[in-house]
Amino acid sequence: MEPVEILSHTGGGVISVAWLMIALPLIGAAILLIGGRATNKWGHFLAVLMSVAAFVVAALAFFQLIGLDPAQRRQSVHLWDFIPGVADIGLLIDPLSIAFCLLITFVGSLIHIYSIGYMSHDPDRRRFFAYLNLFVAAMLLLVLADNYVALFIGWEGVGLASYLLIGFWQYKPSAAVAAKKAFVVNRVGDFGLLVAMFIIFAQFGSLQFAEVFPAAGEASQGVSTAIGLLLLLGACGKSAQLPLQSWLLDAMEGPTPVSALIHAATMVTAGVYLVVRSGSAFFPEGSTAGLVVTIVGVATLLAGAIIGTAKDDIKKGLAGSTMSQIGYMMLAAGIGPAGYAFAIAHLISHGFFKADLFLGAGSVMHAMNDEVDMRRYGGLRKVLPITFVTFFIGYLAIIGFPLLSGYFTKDGIIESVMHHNAILGWLAVVGAGITGFYMTRMVVMTFFGPKRWDEKAHPHESPAVMTWPLIILSVFSIGLGAYLILSNRLMVFLAPAVGRPEELPHFAPFAVTGLATLALVAVGAGLAIVKYGRAEVPVVQPRGSFLTVFARRDLYGDALNEALFMRPGQWLTRFAVFFDNRGIDGVVNGLAAGVGGSSGRLRKIQTGYVRSYALSIFVGAAVLAGAWFVVGTL
Amino acid sequence: MLELPWLSFLIGLSVVGAIVVAFLKNDKVAKQTTLGVSLLILVLTVVMAVQFSPNGDRFQFAETYDWIPSFGVHYAVAVDGIALVLILLSAILVPIVVLASWHDAEQGKRSVRTYFALLLVLEAMMIGVFAATDVFLFYVFFEAMLIPMYFMIGSYGGAQRSYAAVKFLLYSLFGGLLMLVAVIALYNVADKNSFLFPDLIGAVTDPTTQKWLFLGFFIAFAIKAPLWPVHTWLPDAAAQAPAGAAVLLVGVLDKVGTYGMLRFCLELFPDAAKWATPVVIALSVIGIVYGAIVAIGQTDIKRLVAYTSISHFGFITMGVFAMTTTATSGATLYMVNHGFSTGVLFLVAGFLIYRRGSQFIADYGGVQKVAPLLAGAFLIAGLSGLSLPGLSTFVSEFMVLLGTYQRYAVPAIIGTTGVILAAIYILWMYQRTMNGPTAESVAEMKDLNGRERWVVAPLIALIVVLGFFPKPLLDVINPAVKESLVNVKVTDPAPVVAVKEGQ
Amino acid sequence: MTTHYLVLSTLLFAIGGIGVLVRRNAIVVFMCVELMLNACNLAFVTFARQHGNIDGQVIAFFVMIVAAAEVVIGLAIIVTIFRTRRSASVDDASLLKY
Repeated sequence: MEPVEILSHTGGGVISVAWLMIALPLIGAAILLIGGRATNKWGHFLAVLMSVAAFVVAALAFFQLIGLDPAQRRQSVHLWDFIPGVADIGLLIDPLSIAFCLLITFVGSLIHIYSIGYMSHDPDRRRFFAYLNLFVAAMLLLVLADNYVALFIGWEGVGLASYLLIGFWQYKPSAAVAAKKAFVVNRVGDFGLLVAMFIIFAQFGSLQFAEVFPAAGEASQGVSTAIGLLLLLGACGKSAQLPLQSWLLDAMEGPTPVSALIHAATMVTAGVYLVVRSGSAFFPEGSTAGLVVTIVGVATLLAGAIIGTAKDDIKKGLAGSTMSQIGYMMLAAGIGPAGYAFAIAHLISHGFFKADLFLGAGSVMHAMNDEVDMRRYGGLRKVLPITFVTFFIGYLAIIGFPLLSGYFTKDGIIESVMHHNAILGWLAVVGAGITGFYMTRMVVMTFFGPKRWDEKAHPHESPAVMTWPLIILSVFSIGLGAYLILSNRLMVFLAPAVGRPEELPHFAPFAVTGLATLALVAVGAGLAIVKYGRAEVPVVQPRGSFLTVFARRDLYGDALNEALFMRPGQWLTRFAVFFDNRGIDGVVNGLAAGVGGSSGRLRKIQTGYVRSYALSIFVGAAVLAGAWFVVGTL
Repeated sequence: MLELPWLSFLIGLSVVGAIVVAFLKNDKVAKQTTLGVSLLILVLTVVMAVQFSPNGDRFQFAETYDWIPSFGVHYAVAVDGIALVLILLSAILVPIVVLASWHDAEQGKRSVRTYFALLLVLEAMMIGVFAATDVFLFYVFFEAMLIPMYFMIGSYGGAQRSYAAVKFLLYSLFGGLLMLVAVIALYNVADKNSFLFPDLIGAVTDPTTQKWLFLGFFIAFAIKAPLWPVHTWLPDAAAQAPAGAAVLLVGVLDKVGTYGMLRFCLELFPDAAKWATPVVIALSVIGIVYGAIVAIGQTDIKRLVAYTSISHFGFITMGVFAMTTTATSGATLYMVNHGFSTGVLFLVAGFLIYRRGSQFIADYGGVQKVAPLLAGAFLIAGLSGLSLPGLSTFVSEFMVLLGTYQRYAVPAIIGTTGVILAAIYILWMYQRTMNGPTAESVAEMKDLNGRERWVVAPLIALIVVLGFFPKPLLDVINPAVKESLVNVKVTDPAPVVAVKEGQ
Repeated sequence: MTTHYLVLSTLLFAIGGIGVLVRRNAIVVFMCVELMLNACNLAFVTFARQHGNIDGQVIAFFVMIVAAAEVVIGLAIIVTIFRTRRSASVDDASLLKY
């Protein structure tokens, strides 16, 4: 079944003022940034208020939308003319965008609240909240845009917010470098997105979804594939998929709430959004582009999981896990309408449990003087009971423990991929097993076993403003997956926006693949308990086997980038500067010097002796006379 | 519409202002007078711009007087949408530059009031050069503009100022003389006993003649723009000029080159322009990538900004010569946006350099900690340099690339890599100057003061507003560009797949 | 008949020219210039007589007047140079070079 047509919004209601969702946090950011120190006292409350207000608008718009007939659930709201003849600024309110809005504003608001506590000692807390609000606004623009240009504005807007927040502690050189790296790598992806837009415009004469999507089928096969692959490049950049994954691990330099919001729950899923949004047009079922998406997804889910197994930094471990989970989403998004609902379901439930895990990690770091090395943790479940319980629920959700969120959504993905392509399906099962291993390792090293704390560490449970968001997130991590997947709720809800398979799938608990997945997860978890629970965990990182080092060094991704791009780039730059100064400017200055030199030699003729001047006059006269004589006789 | 000689009045006002300022005794009064005059000009220009009707005649506010009747030379001024936005750009930048250069002329070789008088003379020239509709008059302004700029670089610049000023002058004169030959030849070939631009459209029909005349004009404009490989004067001139002069040099003077390409090269010699397009597009693409790569390798802030401009001028010439409505309108908008963007970048860099007394990136570090506002302004300026969506430069860069792709796909794709390189040169510079541990030498650095905030704020506001709402400018530019392209006899390529009308 | 006068004129002119080129004393150079002028005068007068009109004679008068004026200024310059440099050699007055 195809998605329904996009209608111009005519009626009133909250949908007409959906722009408030974007405007409110944007105003918040503007007030905090322009207001300066005057807003230090109450700035964070304003930011929280704006984020919550955006959530309220999103929720109202959601209720208005589900009140409509399914055939009318895609409404575009024109806001203002942007580039005449190319694109306008407008919003598309449909089930897909509203689902994202709810996720962004709800999780975003919780993380705002959490940050009040987490950032309470930071002198620049106001700036932090301004950037958070800016991020929420940009992310909402990204998902609400009704054309590629407005989407791209949001796309780069979240990139900017991510840049600012990764580099929030900019006085740390590592943070500054990580921020720049994230931006530049994202720009490589943006290159793909830009060129995709150029092709779309040259093909269809428009960048509005409403005009491009219906016409997409008329473009030639090759062009469609090219657009799809270029969009995928953009998605890879934003979602840290292979081969543009390298920035995400470094991005953990940012404050932990940022990692939770931007680099786990929302921004990094924008790539999945892009693929699903353009799916009906450029990644149709069985297309080459779709196949490449699934391959990228599987490769990344395995790579992320492997990286996760070897990290001692709790945040980097979670970052590897994020890569891996987004890989799952990509994998599902690549198989067409059968996978979209599962991709989005996993995206939403992942948004909750990964935010829960990151904030839990933040709570642990808060307790441990910002220590991130898990080898320095151990036995924290006694001192941080709330953090432990909520983290543990998130852990169960991510490994797919039966009946929790991840169980339903991940199993849904594996199940639907299995129908599509068995090899990819089994690889996804393997990934689930590795997930079981690295997550168990993380929980065991952090909360169980003996204390390996630094002498100065005096862990204490976080204040209520931090624990309540954790509790709420963990509650959602328990039940959300079942709610979305059972009786295909999300699939039916999303159908007007992304289409759905002719036959709705039946959720079959404990089918062969499901059991196999559970078995592998159990094996992974068991291995982790044996290796890290039973045996002593050394405080200093051991050298590790070749494979461990391979995983620890992010599968040599950075080394590869360095060898392939950075070093030749530096060499090229040096050469270009030399060429410009000595080559081009050398020619110019050489010409100048040549003229100067020859005139310098020529002026030596002016000796100052009257007699020689007189001689030259005579000679000249004689030559002239001679010439006249010769010409005259001819 | 009020029938006033707006343009002559604007030019006259700045000339009179310059004379008054030159004879004032007190430097402070001279500065204030300059600021007042330039603000008055800005107000008048805005009033004029509001009265411009985008869908009316192409040339409005026209005035024509005989100057040298025996040769058909007129004093003829008028504006179309393209010229109007560029005059607006000049009128906005001058008061900001005046305010920004408040203390810049104090170490100069000549007096402070001379500097400000020169600024006003330059403003007169800038308005005149964009408004001239007589080719000879245009040439006069084109060359006369060099003189105030020569003195501003040569008398108030950095250590290498003489070298830079002479290089700038010689480069420009070389191109200018070629253009003079072409102007005279055009007059003779056209045989209309008139230098008026509208009379000369379509006057040259012989293809070979067109090519020669095109080259005469084009080389002059390419040097001015500057297009690769005749760009090397710009980094020297921009790095040595005082920040304010650098803004006008790169922000406005160089635009005369790209403006001239669009107005004269394309419309007077359409066939030759199409003949030269492959080469020009190739040079532009080289310029985009080359300028960006060399910018990455710079160690001097101002030279770095100058090289980014070379990259940006590649985008502009590419858009002009792509000859699609989107690309050429985008290129025109780019000229304006680049003026604001480079303007604020040079000015903030100037504030930074004024405080520390060094142009070298390596002498900075961690400024963000001690001067957050300065760093913030620098970041926004930089982000506009890398065409961040939401800022005005994105709109124009996007339009140029989008329009170019319609006709020349491969150059557009190569040009798009400039987007990645831009992120590297801007953010790396920002990281090295503003981030990291605070260098000892900048630990005492003061943040932006009131005057400097007034310099930066209007530009940033313009950049942001135009980033989301470029329509007012595009509405003025689009009809003019369309008419130009009609004169060039090109039509936009149609989409491959026709979109169904009415959704 | 006129040939003799012309030959004499040519000889005088040549002597004057060589004198200008080889002599260093400013006065002598000056006198040689005068000699050349007079050689020209002779030629003019000769041609005037040959053609039977007075154009040549008129020009000769012009030349004499100009020469007189030149003598005044030239000698004044030479004297001034001599006063400052204590020398009447033209080679010493070679500052205006390069």
